[in-house]
Order: sequence, then structure tokens, then C-alpha cells
Amino acid sequence: MKDNTNAENAVSTNTVKIAARDVQVYYGDNHAIKDVNVDIEDKTVTAFIGPSGCGKSTFLRCINRMNDTIDVCRVQGDIRIDGEDIYDRAVDPVQLRAKVGMVFQKPNPFPKSIYDNVAYGPRIHGLARNKAELDEIVESALRRGAIWNEVKDRLNAPGTGLSGGQQQRLCIARAVATEPEVLLMDEPCSALDPIATAQVEELIDELRQNYSVVIVTHSMQQAARVSQKTAFFHLGNLVEFGETDKIFTAPEDERTESYITGRIG
Amino acid sequence: MTDMADTARHKGSLLVQDARTVKRNRAEARFKMYGIAAITIGMLMLAILLVTIIGRGAGAFQQTFITLDVPLLEDKLDKNGNRDLADIKKVSTFGYAPLMRTAFEEKVAAIGIETKLSGKDMANLLSKDAAATLRDFVLSDPSQIGQTVSFTFLAQSRVDGYLKDRVDRDNIANDKNISAEQLDLVDALIEAGSIEKKFNLSFITGADASDARPEAAGMGVSMIGSFFMMLVVLALALPIGVAASIYLEEFAPKNWITDIIEVNISNLAAVPSIVFGILGLAVFINYMHLPNSAPLVGGLVLTLMTLPTIIISTRASLKSVPPSIRDAALGVGASKMQSVFHHVLPLAAPGILTGTIIGLAQALGETAPLLLIGMVGFIASNPPDSIAEGLMSPNSAMPAQIYEWAKRADPAFYERAWGGIIILLVFLITMNAIAVLLRRRFERRW
Repeated sequence: MKDNTNAENAVSTNTVKIAARDVQVYYGDNHAIKDVNVDIEDKTVTAFIGPSGCGKSTFLRCINRMNDTIDVCRVQGDIRIDGEDIYDRAVDPVQLRAKVGMVFQKPNPFPKSIYDNVAYGPRIHGLARNKAELDEIVESALRRGAIWNEVKDRLNAPGTGLSGGQQQRLCIARAVATEPEVLLMDEPCSALDPIATAQVEELIDELRQNYSVVIVTHSMQQAARVSQKTAFFHLGNLVEFGETDKIFTAPEDERTESYITGRIG
Repeated sequence: MTDMADTARHKGSLLVQDARTVKRNRAEARFKMYGIAAITIGMLMLAILLVTIIGRGAGAFQQTFITLDVPLLEDKLDKNGNRDLADIKKVSTFGYAPLMRTAFEEKVAAIGIETKLSGKDMANLLSKDAAATLRDFVLSDPSQIGQTVSFTFLAQSRVDGYLKDRVDRDNIANDKNISAEQLDLVDALIEAGSIEKKFNLSFITGADASDARPEAAGMGVSMIGSFFMMLVVLALALPIGVAASIYLEEFAPKNWITDIIEVNISNLAAVPSIVFGILGLAVFINYMHLPNSAPLVGGLVLTLMTLPTIIISTRASLKSVPPSIRDAALGVGASKMQSVFHHVLPLAAPGILTGTIIGLAQALGETAPLLLIGMVGFIASNPPDSIAEGLMSPNSAMPAQIYEWAKRADPAFYERAWGGIIILLVFLITMNAIAVLLRRRFERRW
């Protein structure tokens, strides 16, 4: 597609982390994603925007194969992370998900202590050899989740007792604790108030230093604030993909323009 | 025209209800009344049921006892005088009967009661169990021979019935177990304080007794039988049921085969229990040659019956765990099994436990399948004999014991059947209360 070539030209410093080619997703007979081609770069925040039901969340869930858990869902095409086909037979989705962390729409901490929430991933992946190392991992993850100062005195308190924004940052800390390379965020702020949203957005900007972040959002302002690249989905098609500034100021496709100006969606 | 209709509709004052509103409100009030009436009838029936059960069964927990000072005569019990246990054992319960007679005669004389009754007739007021009680005492402590020991013996069931107003003087004309003279003696002994009604622990802990001595029958052994069966049910139905539910709910693909399995599990839950009984008879006893009347077989049959209940409640509680928890676990790279066992199962555990307890309570009260596999054994030996015999030896179960008593002719057993129902109900209510408490205690809010 023409848009893709534009995007590739525009960013030359970052390498491509995720490359999707001709991705099709079917829910039973419903063709939910059609011919999506996109290159997502490392150390960049990429935003997926579009009206409800346009397939942006579905595509996001293809990247860590969460769609595998849905029986009727079929994925075709080619998605490569660092050049490796993640839908190859040899790939175990469990290993993939350790590399591609995910933060969900609704904050979903485990009903366990804050410490155990963060420590769970490192534990099952054997990232820590002893308690001291695990403590260290938990602390650094909570720091990267920008929540350490708020919870350091009550690590044994239940994670479900935190406020919505804190829960979501805890979930982000949980996701980064397993040392992923890509972070997928599915409307991470949709259940949060504006202040908590601002905190999470600030955090997303910091996370860009270390990870390739892909965020699905309904809020165009949020996409404009946090992302460097934006992809606009409509009716299962990737309509336009490029520099965020360009998408919001000079969109090429008229559907993008209509959406941004509020005529569709 | 539409304008006119609209104005007509809204013409009335809000302070006056229009005909439609009045009608609607009446319908609602009527519906509420039906509901209240239904609940009232239900509560009333429950109250009647409880009052009846307690009114008729409470008597079983009390028994009439006769206090007697029995001289343990050496010439009757130990003719050689060497206190050799083997010799003493040779004296059967018949050998103890004269002691009872003597004791009774002395007692009556001491109190100063005038009676024409012979010693034998007087001793007939005692339970047929009394001689055995005496013999057991002597065998357990032969050094007491030669002394006079005070005993509290069970009275025979007619005497017990007389004290509980079940037997009265008008209807004993044809009763060869009791006569008017004997009742006169009973009255005199009551006055002297030698006959009294007391709490009878052995009704709860004791074994069943033969038709001739209902006063000695107890629920104890059948409780042990029920306990063994519940152990078998718990050990089999819980792991199998939970494992099956986890597989069906979390791992199995959703297709027509699993749909059929699901429908069939629901159907199994509705199969009459006697069908499980006949299945158990055919498979476990006739084909596998497991012993008749054994708690193991009873437990296996009840396991079959309880499994659908446990599977259905376990699946319901697994379903009620929010999918976001599974997503969260999968999202950090947990495998399917890790997400189920680390996160979903602990959250579903209270529900599973509740379902299991309710399933067990259901199994505990089940009678029909036990009749078919012969779990109505007549066990007259007291614990701990029957405990030691365990899973493979014949036993009874609480509901089967109640059924047995209800079948017997003597009205004294009738009272014990009601008493047994009280004990069974106490167990069931306790189990259900535990289930409710667990659910309250561990219920989680998201």
C-alpha cells in the first residue's frame, strides 16, 4: 500500500519490530480483518484508532495470539516479530506472550497481593533464582509502572483494593515484569478518570524508551498525545497508517478525514 | 386527529388515578398477594412438618430406666469361685435372669409395695437387654462378683410407652407383654423414684436391636455406615467431578460432542435415584462381585448419583470466574493449565465446595438406591466392632435405618424412626449451613 511506503520512508532511525502482511481474521463466517499490512517499529508508540467494531482490537490480539482462545476465530496471513513468523507451527503462544505483554481494557489485577500480582509472571517464567532477585524484579517493574511510590508500603495488600488508575498501572507493571519486548494495550484508559488517564499516558510515553508499544484507543486526543505513529482502521480495513502528526493534520484518505473531523464513527 | 387523542389522554389530574392505572395497580397488588399466600402456605407446611417430626421423634431421645441393686451371687456366676474368665463366660444371659428376679423382689420388699406378681413377672419390666448388660459388666470386671452393685437398666418398651403415654390401661387387655398388675407396680416404682425417664445417649451412638427390644435400638452403627459411604463419595466424586468440569469448561472444544455430553450430564442429574441403585446392583454386585450391603458399594452408587450435581455446580462456579482473570494470566504468558490452576480454580473453590457439600447432603439422605444394594444390614453389635469392620462389611445407613424402623410392627420403633429423622435432619441442616457459611465467607467481589 502507498501509506506503508510513506511511513517507512518517514521513520528511518527505528527498526521494524512487528511486520504484518495480508492478515485476514475471520470470526466464523464474519471477515473481521481484511488484508492488513503494517510495520510497527521498535521504541515507538503506535496507536490504532477507528470506530467501534472496526477490528483494531482484533488485530491487536493477533499480535500475541490471544485470539487463539476464541474457538471460532481464524487468522490467516503473516505476522512476524523480529522476522519470526509467530503463527508458525513451532511457536508456542505461551512463549510468545512472555515476549509480547498485554494490558487490557478493564484493569484486571489478580485477586492476590500487589507483590504476587507482579511476581506471578517472573515466577512462572523462572526469571528469578531467589527471593532477593524476585524482590528486585518486582520493585523495578513497579517503578517502571510508575506506581512504586504509592504501593511500596503495602505490597501485601490485595491488588483489587487499589483505585482504578492504580490497578491499571499495576497491570502495566505486571506486564513489564516478564521483560517483554512489545507491549500491547487495549484501550487501557477507557475505564479511568481523566487524572488516572493522564498518569497512564505519561507512563506510556516513558515505556517507549524500552518497548515497542501498540495502543488501541477510542480517544483521538489520546492517540495524538501519546503516539508517534497512528493507524486508522475502518470496517476491517487498515485505511491509513503514518506519522501521527500527518494523520491528524493532513490525512490522505477521505475516510480518515471524516473520522477525525467526527463525520463518521 | 392525533392531537385530539393526545389531549384527551392527558386530560385528567395527576392527583386522580385514571382507570388504566387503577387496573394496573390492582393487578400488581393481586400478584403480590398470590406470592405472599404461596410463601405463607409453604412456611406453614414447613412448620407443621417440623413440629410433627420433633413432637413424635423427641421421645426417642429419652428412655425409661429402672434402677436396681443387683447382688452378683457367686454361686450363680462363678461356681468354682476361682474368677476364671473362661468359666464365667460359660454362664449365658439366661444364667443372669435369677439375679434380676432376686433383685426385683428385694427392691419391692424394701420399698414396701404390695403386689401379687411373681419375681419373673416383675423382672419382665426390664428390657431383654438388661441381662446382657449385666453379663457384659461382670465379664469386664469379674472381681465384682459377690458384691451388690447398683445398675440402671433399660425398661422394656411397654413400660417406656406407658411413661410416654403411648400405652394406657384401656388397651393392654390383649397385650401379653404387659398386664395391669405390672403397670400398678410401675406406678409404685415411679413414686419411689426407681423408674424414671432420662436422656438416652445410646439412641445416638448404639446399634440397631431386634424386634423384641426396641428400647435398645440406636442410630450409631448406621451413622458409621453413612460416614463410610460419604468418605467414598467424597474421595471419588470430588476429584472426578472437578477434573471433568475443568476439562469440559476450560479445555474441551465446543462442538456437538461436548454439547451431547453436557445435555447428558444435566439429564443424569434428573435420573431417579433408584435407577442408580439398580445399576449399582447390576454392575458392582452382580458383575464385579463386591460384597452385598457394604458401604463401599453404597458409596460407589451414591458417587454415580452425586457426580452430576458436583459437575454442574463446579462448571457454574468456573463459568462465574470473570474471563478477564483468564486473559490476565494468559497475557503474562501463563499456559492454559497454569491460568486454570493458579487463578481460576482458587476463585471457583468456594462454589465447588458448596456444590460438593450440597451433593453430599443429598447423597446422605438418599434411601432408594441403598435398598437395592441391600444397605439395610441388621447390625446389632455396638461400635467399635462395627467401625473396625470398615468399608467391605455389611452395614446400614441412616435413611435406610429409618426406613427399617418405620416398617417394623412395634409402635416403639415408630417413635425411633421419627427420632432418626431428627438426627438425619440435624446432619443435613448442619451440612447446608456449612455450605452457606463457606459461600458467604469466601465469596469475592470483583
